[in-house]
Amino acid sequence: MDTQAKIKETVTTNPVVLFMKGSPKFPQCGFSNLATQILDACQAKYLAIDVLQDQAIREGIKQFASWPTIPQLYVNGEFVGGSDIMRAMYESGELQTLLNATK
Amino acid sequence: MLSAAQLESYIKQGLPCDYIQVLGDDGTHFEAVVVSPLFTGKNMVQQHQLVYGALGDRMRAEIHALSMKTYTPDQWQALSR
Repeated sequence: MDTQAKIKETVTTNPVVLFMKGSPKFPQCGFSNLATQILDACQAKYLAIDVLQDQAIREGIKQFASWPTIPQLYVNGEFVGGSDIMRAMYESGELQTLLNATK
Repeated sequence: MLSAAQLESYIKQGLPCDYIQVLGDDGTHFEAVVVSPLFTGKNMVQQHQLVYGALGDRMRAEIHALSMKTYTPDQWQALSR
């Protein structure tokens, strides 16, 4: 399976997926750290993919969403945004609503 | 080293902006506020993609981190009122 197909499968078979640098316990970047904190504050269950472990995913995910940066959040197969958008949606309550619908 | 002023001019070259402010003095981490008429009717993902589009390959090569807030002219006017 090629990288794009692999990413597609991952985001469609898991309701909430965060592509990040490092792990939720040991984030390797401030923006990835912020993303995990926001998801935790929403009490969301999510699959975290560490892009630093896989160079093909790290580059492939940028093409997949036409989005040049990491972290990236996907809910029900849809690209939601990076950490700026996650923060804005958290502050408006939109993110909680979106994530609650997956529980 | 890339300066906030350079980054600001790169964005302005690729995207019409009513207002823009870029901060950041370490050469790799920047924060931007961008107001563009092209944002009207677009969601946040599409708005950020327009800014990334204006930066093109620089986003990959020169800029490690760009945190941004995007507003339509109407949203911006409501905020500054």
